[in-house]
Amino acid sequence: MTREEIVEKVNNFLVEEIEIERDLLKDDARLKEDLKIDSLDFVDIVVIVERNFGFKIKPEEMKDVKLLSQFYDYIEQQLSK
Amino acid sequence: MVSGKRVVITGMGIYSCLGRNLDEVAVSLRAGRSGIGIDPQRTEYGYRSPLTGLVERPQLKGVLDRRSRVCLPEQGEYAYMATAEALRNAAIDMDYLEENEVGVLFGSDSSAKAVIDAHTTAMRTKDTTLMGSGAIFQSMNSTVTMNLSTIFKLRGVNMTISAACASGSHAIGLGLMFIRNGLQDVVICGGAQETNYLSMGSFDGISAFSVRVDDPTKASRPFDRHRDGLVPSGGAACVVLEDYDHAVKRGAPILAEVVGYGFSSNGVNISQPSDKGSYIAMQRSLIDAGLTAMDVDYINAHATSTLQGDMFEAMAIDELFGPYKTPVSSTKSMTGHECWMAGASEVVYSILMMQGSFIAPNINFEEPDEYSEKLNIIAHTQEQNIDIFLSNSFGFGGTNSALVVRKIK
Repeated sequence: MTREEIVEKVNNFLVEEIEIERDLLKDDARLKEDLKIDSLDFVDIVVIVERNFGFKIKPEEMKDVKLLSQFYDYIEQQLSK
Repeated sequence: MVSGKRVVITGMGIYSCLGRNLDEVAVSLRAGRSGIGIDPQRTEYGYRSPLTGLVERPQLKGVLDRRSRVCLPEQGEYAYMATAEALRNAAIDMDYLEENEVGVLFGSDSSAKAVIDAHTTAMRTKDTTLMGSGAIFQSMNSTVTMNLSTIFKLRGVNMTISAACASGSHAIGLGLMFIRNGLQDVVICGGAQETNYLSMGSFDGISAFSVRVDDPTKASRPFDRHRDGLVPSGGAACVVLEDYDHAVKRGAPILAEVVGYGFSSNGVNISQPSDKGSYIAMQRSLIDAGLTAMDVDYINAHATSTLQGDMFEAMAIDELFGPYKTPVSSTKSMTGHECWMAGASEVVYSILMMQGSFIAPNINFEEPDEYSEKLNIIAHTQEQNIDIFLSNSFGFGGTNSALVVRKIK
């Protein structure tokens, strides 16, 4: 899966399932402060990522993921394993 | 008569198999329209009876934010719809709720689908995180009140009453007590009931349900000699209870006054009702109201269309109201048994009758048995003024509740 495909897939579920406005989805958007993703939303993102990408996010690996671009990076890395 | 503040109903809302709001339900009640049908999933799942009240799921996307929707189980969606309608009618908006303390007491006694869905996910994935963030909030027995209090920003008394098929009625009775004793000015009361096939399998398993599948609208026939069991149903109903002086002061619409609450427990058998327990609850509600049996214009019976339940209730009604031939009907003939919600919905149905000056029919009452023949059962819609009605609710474990409601003149 290319980076562009990952970005499109992530953005689509953030808009459609987490109901974040598409205009907010910029690479430097902060997940908590700008996108308002809280700990409960994050549980649903784990479920959606598992459904869409076939792997389970490990919370400890998300410690340093603060920006949307870092989230794309994380998914890309996991898929390349 | 118990002293204390007078308690009135200033708003109500309903979402059931008879309609999605008060107007639709009022039309159904007057027409004697049944809301019963067939759910094919039940047959596939292994039910003995696929009969159920057919309740349309509301579409809440665009109405409630994602977090609210994720945490709401099916019955919570119905409760939201009924509560939103009740608050609108009570002229209570979000500004009012932010500035004033309002409580919430709902009757609810299961959230089976949420529990089963979460379990199914864990069995499949061996990972509880994949149950999702809403599962815990949907699964808890207090799911309805925890969701309503969050959505409507409520800051008063906040709890769920679980008392089997009398839950909704006890919720109103307890709301009455909170206001009567001066502890709250306004309490949102009601009942909510899920209708999904996962929620009723074990009830079907004890052969409590009618199997008259050839003609679903004829299946629920309380008091009729040929009844063969109840039909499960659901939805939600809500009444806004308010201190009378408080309601007058804010210029609220006053629909009716709740004047009596009676309760009892049979202390006999987990599934078998009792004429004695029913009688005590009804008598206590009348004493609480400062009324006698002669004063009651209409009885909304609990009668669910089971052989024993209807028999014991008929005996109790005859013992208390026999000389007055008080009109009786069971709206469960149209709705089926709305279980945890029934005690609240039947108060709403009866107030709609009070407002429209009619008695909704006990449809399918074609031939009485030796107990129901002693009652004045209204089988066809009857135009009649109702100043005072009594509503019965009884549940497993022998819990009984009776409410007396009076028209405000």
